[in-house]
Amino acid sequence: MNKHLGGQSIKFAEPVSIVSAASVVGSKEGEGPLSRYFDVILSDILAGKKSWEKAESEILRQSLELAVKKADTELDKIDYIITGDLLNQNTGSTYGAMDLQRPMFAVFGACSTIGEALSLGAVFVDGGFAHTVLAGASSHFCAAEKQFRFPLELGTQRPPSSTWTVTGAGSFVLSKDGEAPFITGVTTGKIVDMGVKDQNNMGAAMAPAAADVIAAHFRDFKRTPGYYDCIITGDLGTVGKELLIKLLDAEGFDISKNHTDCGIEIFNPEIQDTHAGGSGCACSAVTFAGYFYSKLKKREINRVLFVPTGALLSPVSFMQGENIPSIAHAVVAENKR
Amino acid sequence: MKELVLEYLKVFVVGGLICVIGQILLDKTKLTSARILVLFVVAGCFLGAIGIYEKLADFAGAGATVPLPGFGYNLYKGVCAEIDQNGFLGVFTGGIKAAAAGVAAAIIFGFLASLLFNAKEK
Repeated sequence: MNKHLGGQSIKFAEPVSIVSAASVVGSKEGEGPLSRYFDVILSDILAGKKSWEKAESEILRQSLELAVKKADTELDKIDYIITGDLLNQNTGSTYGAMDLQRPMFAVFGACSTIGEALSLGAVFVDGGFAHTVLAGASSHFCAAEKQFRFPLELGTQRPPSSTWTVTGAGSFVLSKDGEAPFITGVTTGKIVDMGVKDQNNMGAAMAPAAADVIAAHFRDFKRTPGYYDCIITGDLGTVGKELLIKLLDAEGFDISKNHTDCGIEIFNPEIQDTHAGGSGCACSAVTFAGYFYSKLKKREINRVLFVPTGALLSPVSFMQGENIPSIAHAVVAENKR
Repeated sequence: MKELVLEYLKVFVVGGLICVIGQILLDKTKLTSARILVLFVVAGCFLGAIGIYEKLADFAGAGATVPLPGFGYNLYKGVCAEIDQNGFLGVFTGGIKAAAAGVAAAIIFGFLASLLFNAKEK
């Protein structure tokens, strides 16, 4: 049976259960509006470790183990781990998943990583190559500032259009057996380059990639925006949200009523001084694992299109003046098979 | 007493205005803080060369010499003095000599601070 659909999508024959979701976040996220949906809120930004990078790995490890525990299963039942992060050469994932000693793929999709990990995990399970997959993503504010902007020791001011990298990790157990919600399909994004060079305005860079994959999704599945209770993008922020709605409107899709963005949901910019919103791999991962997953479980919402968005830059590409190309991956989560 | 207050006021206003320019550049342009710093040093050097910064430093004292353009102005002055003394070689030695105290102080105090404190999430 051909499960490939249209130009960029897969419709799963056997929908893949999202058995559990776990979210571990830093204290700033814990003070935000979604506070009560997170499993663990750390009071220490270093998570008891000596560096921010070690802290990020520790946070990822905690969320992976918590997801396994919440799924009522054991580590040795996990066939594959698929995780990613923002640190050089995926070291956040390497040190975070190392002790779990399970077969492992580390992936990079910048802030869209959790979409990539869930897509690949679901393909593994539906294809019969794995029974249970553990997918996760992490980021850390201090480590990301150091890697992509300026070291915090410099005390540089953040421009108003900048976003705040979420400290945390979100993990999911995907399985052949299990209850709703299910991943019923995915649409994989293409790299979109609109010539944006401003590292402090990633929302504008990523919105075209989100619009591209969402439009492709509707065409491939022959669906309209009304099919979904929520269309959830990753970290477009306030600037990117407006642009996304405009871009999709031009394609004939009106998502203004059911669109929401994890970067907007996770912080309160007025009280928390986070400027344009949250970002980072963990932004969409913990918001989906905490907030939207619990809403799906309670059946307050039943069909969502989860579209984490990523800006594919490296510190080197940025300093050499390259554009910031972007990507977004769409994952359909539904309570019905 | 009145003169002293006026002196302090001049220093405060001029130093403050230089910082205001930096804040506006940070908020309204896409320049990173590092680029603004370099821009300020070069601007101080240039304004020194065309004789404007000297007048500003005479007027506002530390208000003009302590902010970064003052560092550029200092580099320029050092180069000029060294050229007068040693000729062409002064182009290479003058700036560094004049800035030596400032650069060494930045490194030493930076080192001491890094021993005593740890960076935190803002």
